[in-house]
Amino acid sequence: MEELGLLMQGFSVALQPGNMLLMLVGVVLGVLIGVLPGLGGANGIAILLPLTFAMPPVSAVIMLSCIYWGALFGGAITSILFNIPGEPWSVATTFDGYPMAQQGRAGEALTAAFTSSFIGAFVAVVLITFVAPVIAGFALRFGPPEFFAVMFLSFACFVGMSRGSPLKTIAAMMLGFLLAAVGMDTVTGQLRMTFGSEEMIRGFDFLVAVIGLFGISEILCSIEDGLRFKGQRAKIDLKVVLRTWAEMPRHAFLAARSALIGCWMGITPAGATPASFMSYGVARRMAKDPNEFGRGRIEGVIAPETAAHAAGTSALLPMLTLGVPGSPTAAVLLGGLIMWGLQPGPMLFVEQKDFVWGLIASMYLGNIAGLLVVLVAVPWFAAILRVPFPIIAALILTVCAIGAYTVSNAEFDIVLMLVFGIVGYVMKKLDYPLAPLVLALVLGDRTEEAFRQSLLLSEGNLGIFFHNWLSGGIMALGVTLLLWPALTWLRGVLAGSFGRARAA
Amino acid sequence: MGMDLMTLRSTRRSVLMGMAACAAAGTAQAQRGWEPMRPVQFIVPAGTGGGADQMARVIQGIISKHGLMKQPMVVVNKAGGAGAEGFLEAKGARGNPHMLVITLSNLFTTPLATGVPFNWKDLTPVTMMALDEFALWVKADSPWRSVPEFIAAAKEQKLKLGGTGSKQEDQIIASAISRATGAPLTYIPFRGGGEVAVQLVGGHVDATVNNPIEAVTHWRSGALRPLCVFDGKRLPDTGKMTETMAWSDIPTCREQGLDVDYLMLRGIFMPAGVKPEQVAFYEGLMARVRETPEWKELMQQGAFNTTTLTGEAFRDWLTREEDRHRSIMQETGLLAPQ
Amino acid sequence: MSSTTLDIAAPIRGAQGVTRGAAEVATSLTLAMVGAAAIWDSLRLGIGWGAEGPQSGTFPFWIGLLLAGASLANLVPVMRGKNAGAEAMFVTWPQLRLVLSVLVPTIVYVAAIPLTGIYAASATLVAYFMMRLGEFTWRSAIPAGVATAVVAFATFEIWFLVGLPKGPVEDLLGF
Repeated sequence: MEELGLLMQGFSVALQPGNMLLMLVGVVLGVLIGVLPGLGGANGIAILLPLTFAMPPVSAVIMLSCIYWGALFGGAITSILFNIPGEPWSVATTFDGYPMAQQGRAGEALTAAFTSSFIGAFVAVVLITFVAPVIAGFALRFGPPEFFAVMFLSFACFVGMSRGSPLKTIAAMMLGFLLAAVGMDTVTGQLRMTFGSEEMIRGFDFLVAVIGLFGISEILCSIEDGLRFKGQRAKIDLKVVLRTWAEMPRHAFLAARSALIGCWMGITPAGATPASFMSYGVARRMAKDPNEFGRGRIEGVIAPETAAHAAGTSALLPMLTLGVPGSPTAAVLLGGLIMWGLQPGPMLFVEQKDFVWGLIASMYLGNIAGLLVVLVAVPWFAAILRVPFPIIAALILTVCAIGAYTVSNAEFDIVLMLVFGIVGYVMKKLDYPLAPLVLALVLGDRTEEAFRQSLLLSEGNLGIFFHNWLSGGIMALGVTLLLWPALTWLRGVLAGSFGRARAA
Repeated sequence: MGMDLMTLRSTRRSVLMGMAACAAAGTAQAQRGWEPMRPVQFIVPAGTGGGADQMARVIQGIISKHGLMKQPMVVVNKAGGAGAEGFLEAKGARGNPHMLVITLSNLFTTPLATGVPFNWKDLTPVTMMALDEFALWVKADSPWRSVPEFIAAAKEQKLKLGGTGSKQEDQIIASAISRATGAPLTYIPFRGGGEVAVQLVGGHVDATVNNPIEAVTHWRSGALRPLCVFDGKRLPDTGKMTETMAWSDIPTCREQGLDVDYLMLRGIFMPAGVKPEQVAFYEGLMARVRETPEWKELMQQGAFNTTTLTGEAFRDWLTREEDRHRSIMQETGLLAPQ
Repeated sequence: MSSTTLDIAAPIRGAQGVTRGAAEVATSLTLAMVGAAAIWDSLRLGIGWGAEGPQSGTFPFWIGLLLAGASLANLVPVMRGKNAGAEAMFVTWPQLRLVLSVLVPTIVYVAAIPLTGIYAASATLVAYFMMRLGEFTWRSAIPAGVATAVVAFATFEIWFLVGLPKGPVEDLLGF
């Protein structure tokens, strides 16, 4: 096989001592960047990009992509320990990861998160290695209607998930949509709901909202019961890694399914965030006891993490083969390619074989390096929970403020973060579900945009969403999922009446 | 990605003068003068990964690699409201000599389209770094081989033209084409230039007006075909990009009977109220950036128009371009309702 | 407030405070107002079909309508008094005092950032929390605060070249 030969050649490039060192540096930096909310993979890589100017392109991209892997790993850490998602795609990890930490199972949750991240990435890399050209062609089929269909499916997977009042779920989700719509309307270029304020032009950034809604509100909630965090007493050592690993094979099917969802979402390219939500939603629907999700199920960590990492990795494929970034981080890497004198797109695989295969080989090695680094550090991360509350609370507030500021370099965002913190506190206590709000906030504007682009293309004909088997199929799947509760109910009624009829 | 608009005919001479002035400023600064005393903020009124962002980071990289400035340069993205956020920040930093802004056409289009209280005169123009070209692209397997064929088809059936952003350079060009030919085009806004190019390759839109750098790889792989460039003259690069064509083989739109030209500004500005010696420092700095091999490579890769201007010539150019944007946007109904 | 607030932390059954019903009503009304504001602004932008497809206001209009509708519908059971939990406590006064002991300093911290920069404010916040909420003396609290600021400064300003808000202290030091 030609691919294997090229891959081996790639390994020989990536395994040069200098490149190995860059890999390690990249992973460590990436974990750090992923841990600090706001300073995400995209920002981190953008910041370090000029430093790579003097390196050969292969070394530069190895280091930068390792920062990317590190950031993907790192995003899970704060989500699990403090309920603060360091990256948008780790929001879904908080749903079960944080309850696990509260129950003193932080080490288990972290190990599961890291390991499943690795599995997700590995599946995606294998996919990239062997079927890249086929997949690239698939991505071309995605126009606005198909994109909308994928978004619709993400929502459909998630709706009906929360336990509480349906009215509150609707209210929370609509609030998310509204917040996403504030600022400039990308389709017409008009300012919406800014009410004349210059600060509102920016709109509400997803991360600022999430840092407040999840992180700050959690601090407020946890001090009601005294000035401490739950779960701080847990003893954690490296054995927890082995114990968790022993349990992992039981979830092999879940991991495989999540990895496939992730790869598909990364290539389309919808990205890691919807992938993580969709995978979590599907895992919950398929579970025998869906109501246990959100209370510390390990499946609730494995599903989103596997999908997010698979999507994050496969998002690099459309970037390399088509020049479309599948994620904000990929967008920055794309800029890097151009800077190093490489042209992303179909010709890259033909003309720059060394570069492409060096990068793919570094995906294998970088992920292994990343997994080792973060696993060894699990006890340290978990030990953070033992720092006295007054210190850790002040540090979290500081890190959150810095994170909110760095998202778009605005002091007003720190104020917004605090407001969202209070809103989150009130909503949590009144059982308004936060997950639909966050989902709507993160996908809302892209969904609306794809919907309107589609209608522009079809001149107002809604039939465009069913104009071919691809978007029609995805839409049909979405509608089925949406109506599933109604269908099961109907089946129950029918079965019941049938049974009665037979008895009569 | 962005682009800039201008009529080149009348500026050719002032360009040369500008370049001479620039070189002179460079040497004067090298001898002695003001220097930054703290880190310089470089504001990008656009998101990470776009054309302006790339250019800002290339400049940052070149400056640190060649040690052109003692203080570090910090790139800050302020993309909100099509860049309005970044411009308002610079407007509010009156007299701050440690702030630069890189601009694209949204320098004109954003205030005109949104009514945000900002004008380029709220800033101090430093230098024009380059101008970005635009070309009309169609799918390689489409039946249209020349601009007249394309226009004729557009008159028969409403064709869809994809572009970046709303009421910005791409839509202005689209409107200008419709105005010049009477052919209606449906403009579909997308988020980034790369995405637009792929939508065209995938056949979801009929044409685009991508910058060369955004579409070149698809041209070379045989998926796209350029019909014309929106410049007053052909592109200079004669190296073969495909088996049969070089950049210089693409006709200008005017040659093809489509009287539209547009180039996008890649310029450097400072806040208002800064001292002349401070402006002179950055003029000199940017002149030295443009002499580096890395910069030249970027210019060649993106088939940029390497016109540079400073001082009065740059101001005149800006005044003309603003008027031109206003009149096109007024005629095509893209101005913000007053 | 003393540093011994810990012992009143246990929620007291039947303690005075804000009832859940009151909090429900306030939240629903606020959300309904947000919805109304969205509807109002959408009508300004237009909610029909324009030259660029659906006009800018179309989507937020319907969303705002749904938000206002759902929020008002939420009020019905509370108003009828049918909500079993309405009399339960949303937050008791002692709990609220604890929450405010963190929230008020945080508000002051956020308000101070534009004036003092983020580093000086963070140092003060860390030191204050340690002395006021923990049982630390100034001997350990002040060095800890300063260390936080210095580490943050080194990480962001020097290492990553990310500019954060700075104030007079940094000005004096020439940054």
